[in-house]
Amino acid sequence: MWKYANPTFFLPLVATLLPWLIGATVAAFAIGLWGAFFSAPADYQQGETVRIMYIHVPAAWLSMFCYATMAASALGTLVWRHPLADAAQKAAAPIGAAFTFICLVTGSLWGKPMWGTWWVWDARLTSVLVLFVIYLGLIALWQTIEDASRAARGAAILTLVGVVNLPIIKFSVDWWNTLHQPASVFRMSGPTIAPSMLWPLLVMGIAFTLLFTTLHLMATRNEILRRRARRLAIQAASGETDAQPTHRLTMTGGAQ
Amino acid sequence: MSASPLAALFSREIRVARRIGGGGTMGVIFFLILVTIVPFAIGPDLNLLSRIGPAILWIAALLATLLGLDRLFQADQEDGSLDLILTSDTPLELIVLVKCLAHWVVTGLPLVIAAPLFGLMLALDPQALWGVTLSLLAGTPALALLGAIGAALTVTLRRGGLLMAILILPLAIPVLIFGVSAAAASFSATTPFLPPFLILCALTLGTLAAAPFAVAAALRHMSE
Repeated sequence: MWKYANPTFFLPLVATLLPWLIGATVAAFAIGLWGAFFSAPADYQQGETVRIMYIHVPAAWLSMFCYATMAASALGTLVWRHPLADAAQKAAAPIGAAFTFICLVTGSLWGKPMWGTWWVWDARLTSVLVLFVIYLGLIALWQTIEDASRAARGAAILTLVGVVNLPIIKFSVDWWNTLHQPASVFRMSGPTIAPSMLWPLLVMGIAFTLLFTTLHLMATRNEILRRRARRLAIQAASGETDAQPTHRLTMTGGAQ
Repeated sequence: MSASPLAALFSREIRVARRIGGGGTMGVIFFLILVTIVPFAIGPDLNLLSRIGPAILWIAALLATLLGLDRLFQADQEDGSLDLILTSDTPLELIVLVKCLAHWVVTGLPLVIAAPLFGLMLALDPQALWGVTLSLLAGTPALALLGAIGAALTVTLRRGGLLMAILILPLAIPVLIFGVSAAAASFSATTPFLPPFLILCALTLGTLAAAPFAVAAALRHMSE
């Protein structure tokens, strides 16, 4: 695993994996969307609006999964000071924010016909909104601190502090009496969804996870390349002809 | 005599805050102004004010706590004393705790003391005054400690204040929720006061135990 964490090995690995991942993502979305829109029946109470679930629920899963990925990368940053963990952490934040945003918007669109309101301040909705704000705060932190490795460590600490929100989101429907329905897929006693609706949901979950993996690998790769490009630009600007003195680079890098 | 550096630090913090440029009393004035402008915005209806009074006081306290926080470590960073603190033998976590305590004594405690007075202006009844004051007393230390995390993360940034608010306010939401519900329960006939108040105390104790480590880690990483 450590071998592939080295950017020199990571980049070719991503190049090999990406076509397969993209193919798998497209295939999973094709099957999942077909299942969601044509195969799955309409709900006997909610009618056709239940199909929002096939976007809303996987987006919600991924918004938390992405944060967990960032927290793991944050540990990698703080404990091993690994540059790839920095890049992975930075790359995950906008993707996570996007999934959280999709989750909030689809939830709002689903809430209007079902609850009669676009938004209620119940525990589940509020805690997901807080997750969204935390993502935005992390992105703001990345954009404010110029020194990349210092930004990574600061963001890592904040990410780990924000982890407390994940169990609050997960259990908010059990701890408080909310309008949002309780968990119906991942339960000790088994899912309470009809199998004809469950399988498209799970396929969509896999499709979203594949999409996240693809986007995350691409964004991490781009981040590594961006850093290389920046290093080369600084090198060119400082008048170095060969790819040497690194101490010189860090000095100019910090002052930029 | 292991406590003496910490005691010295504590008295230094208090002294610095009381001097010119320390801004120790600014928090209370800001608190007063926030409480003053709200009735202008929503109208001077006393019934409405007494219903939402606890919430106004809590939001004002939250914003007033944020006010001086960006200078908590930045002033030390600028004059170099942060480097001395970082290299000293005393554990950084304890130093952070003492600095937060001093900051709370200077900014948080005056808010708690002033809260009953401002509560009167918002037409709160005596029970609600007690509820708000107690909940602020229990909750503001948590706000100061959470704010210290943001202050440490933005210590080297010249304009860290706004970023700090963005980073800290989402984390402060649980404290706000339970603080306001404890204050609101104190004058409600149906909901008991103790459960939200005890959760608020638990939040404060939890932050007291965990936040100094996060602040110390942030200071070590960000001021290198």
